[in-house]
Amino acid sequence: MGAAQNISPPLPIILHAMLVKMMTEASLLKLSNISKSFGPIHALTQVDFELRKGEIHALAGENGAGKSTLMNIIDGILQPDEGEILIDGVPQKITSPTKAQELGIGFVHQEIALCPDISVAENMFMSATNVSRSFLMDYNALHQKAAKVLSQLCDIDASARAGDLSISNQQLVEIAKALTLDCRILILDEPTAALTENEAQKLFKIMRRLADQGIAIIYISHRMVEIFDNCDRVSVFRDGKYITTRQVAEIQPGDVVNAMVGRVLDTIYPDKSKSVSESNETILQVRNLSDGKRFQDVSFELKRGEILGVGGLIGSGRSEIAKGICRLETDVTGETSVNGQPFNPADYKQSINAGVVYLSEDRKGDGIFLDMSIASNVSALSLSQVSTSAGLLSHAKEEGQAGRLGKQLNLKCGNLHDPVSSLSGGNQQKVAIAKMLSVEPKLIFLDEPTRGVDVGAKMEIYRILRDLADKGVGIVVISSELPELIGLCDRVMVVREGTISGQVSGADMTENNIMHLASVTVSPAHETRH
Amino acid sequence: MNTISTQYEAKGSKDGTLMRLFKMRETSLIAIILLLFIVMSFASPYFLTWVNLRAMVMAFAVEGIVVIGMTILLISGGIDLSVGSVTALAMVVAGWLFLGGMDPWLASGLAILVCTLIGAIMGFFVTKVGLHHFIVSLAVMVIARGICLLATGGRPLGLFTLPPEFKFIGQGSIGPIPLIIIIFLVSVICFDFMLRKTTLFRKVFYTGSNERAAAYSGIRTKKVVFMTTTLCSALCGFAGIIYMARFGSAQPTFGIGMELNVIAAAVIGGASLSGGTGTIFGAILGVILLSVVSSSLALLDVSVYWQDIIRGSILLAAVSIDHYLNKRRG
Repeated sequence: MGAAQNISPPLPIILHAMLVKMMTEASLLKLSNISKSFGPIHALTQVDFELRKGEIHALAGENGAGKSTLMNIIDGILQPDEGEILIDGVPQKITSPTKAQELGIGFVHQEIALCPDISVAENMFMSATNVSRSFLMDYNALHQKAAKVLSQLCDIDASARAGDLSISNQQLVEIAKALTLDCRILILDEPTAALTENEAQKLFKIMRRLADQGIAIIYISHRMVEIFDNCDRVSVFRDGKYITTRQVAEIQPGDVVNAMVGRVLDTIYPDKSKSVSESNETILQVRNLSDGKRFQDVSFELKRGEILGVGGLIGSGRSEIAKGICRLETDVTGETSVNGQPFNPADYKQSINAGVVYLSEDRKGDGIFLDMSIASNVSALSLSQVSTSAGLLSHAKEEGQAGRLGKQLNLKCGNLHDPVSSLSGGNQQKVAIAKMLSVEPKLIFLDEPTRGVDVGAKMEIYRILRDLADKGVGIVVISSELPELIGLCDRVMVVREGTISGQVSGADMTENNIMHLASVTVSPAHETRH
Repeated sequence: MNTISTQYEAKGSKDGTLMRLFKMRETSLIAIILLLFIVMSFASPYFLTWVNLRAMVMAFAVEGIVVIGMTILLISGGIDLSVGSVTALAMVVAGWLFLGGMDPWLASGLAILVCTLIGAIMGFFVTKVGLHHFIVSLAVMVIARGICLLATGGRPLGLFTLPPEFKFIGQGSIGPIPLIIIIFLVSVICFDFMLRKTTLFRKVFYTGSNERAAAYSGIRTKKVVFMTTTLCSALCGFAGIIYMARFGSAQPTFGIGMELNVIAAAVIGGASLSGGTGTIFGAILGVILLSVVSSSLALLDVSVYWQDIIRGSILLAAVSIDHYLNKRRG
């Protein structure tokens, strides 16, 4: 190898190579060897990532793959345990979001975080006001500048109250907010999760225009179609590790999905039910269910042995329907029956007693008690089962229950007295599921059951759900992950603006069909697809 | 990592139990208190005398009953600033009724009822109206104190005619042990047991740890908070009656600043202002620590003003440690 190094290529070739490198591969942002742990959980392990000027770079990976952690590191919200960040080739320590702003990094989070009561212009310049050195606000200049930035994007009135805008326009204001800081790197975290197809197309045009101006965009999405239609390159992450970066033009969606899950897709999901037919007994029947606000006139049923998927955009009312049936925080009108019996609980406690439970999508917010032990988490729904009739807790029974359910769910933990916060996301979710199973439910609604869970735990959760369905427990899975709905469920019902826009099953269960139903009013579903 | 089945065999290992004991807040508190005892027994010949120890326990025993209520309320995620005023109110109501000719036992029962009712009213404002514990109890603290002063004209009610069997509650002894200390110990044991072992109080932990998750587990969290708020005031009423029997008078200005001492004790003992954690045993150790410190400073002839500064510093240190540990955990 020594001999080869001594032979230098001719100078023109070197110059040309450098030029090409500068033109096409000017690396604006480069991360190498980034690692980050949260307690026992390795969120990122020696991750590399490179972003070029003027490109739209997709980040693909399942929930829990480490995308959000990586973006939070780029935005200075989190500090890496190790690794290096280069911006324009210069090593940088991004110690805070303010520092990230100074470096020209704009982050549009998935959750819209505008102040609803103040104007669009004031919202847009919230960060800019923060870095401005002047003491007084100049409202005239503010509104003029806001209008100028907004005019690049869309026609939103800069003096409108932010809370009065539609969700998609609020999303655009978030992007405008990032642009006020002269950002060169724009991170968009699932911006289309709450947008209809048309609104999303508009957003993609704006993204391309910004990229043409030289802004580098990091685009996070679960939807392969969007990545392949709109992005230049895609980087894939899995279980906190960097897998690969490819030109979108050179690969197929299937390659990306396989890289994301790390194995052939067929092995991830258990076999579908073979025994579901119209003649099966009905576990859940819902007729004309309304809550008067978030959903209206919802009717559907669930057969024994079947797993029903519920799709739809975030904010479509899909979670509210499930909570409504359980009477969790909502009251509803309409008829519901479970196993042929009318089901009208007064509150969620009665619903639990009747064997109908809801697993929340927000595990940390309202699914588990982080600082309490595994055993006392599992028994939260079923205290009466682990106590005497006088109301005295039996710790032996409590441990027995947690041990039995933990074994059934293949829970990996050190000690049942350890706090749940010591577990990984997948095992936390298993604790949350064990809590549901402790009351031997007849019907479970699972809202985003695999959010923040690694692939191995996902497969186990899918297997558990299929086993339960086979045993006759009603399973309804609400999810934003289309591959999950398609791979796991026997039938998918799509919710749009609080009504059921259609159902797909069998070969009709495709990402396109589900996304279309989530965006456009059509009924019945499969007939209008061309 | 082990799976559940292997973990189950390892569960009872001695190592684990020792480590757990070492990590517990109670262990470090006992160590600090013992250290203080050793240091003080050298520093002052009076410290380890029966009279001094007895006086020390007498000093914190009744307040300890209020600490029980406060700890349970803190675990459920609440706080009560009105404990001092409500304790005084119990004395004043019972004393006023007694002077009006009522049987002292009946008057005491009614006074405790009044305090319970005040707790229920606070519970109503917190759970039904949706106000914060801090604001509601701040308002009640001022109102209850106002009622005390209004009813007495600001002067203590001398209750010289209290029958001896009533005064026995606060002044009598069984054998060498004052009845107050027995009442205190029985209360601690009862509530500590209930908090550890009953489903009712387990729900208090769930509610304080994560109120939404508790509601999503079918626990009626508002009922739980209502219960803990009411219980805390009821225990204040109980404490007020014991004080009345002990002093033989009803003092409308009694217990000013008591809430700070009580909250400090509970927090030093491991309760968190964000709810979900705390034990009665720990909180009582917190009371003992504060009391030993006060008593030591008094014996060493340190100015009363220094005592406040030192007590505040201990609180700040304890809360900082708590915050640091929580942050590491989260």
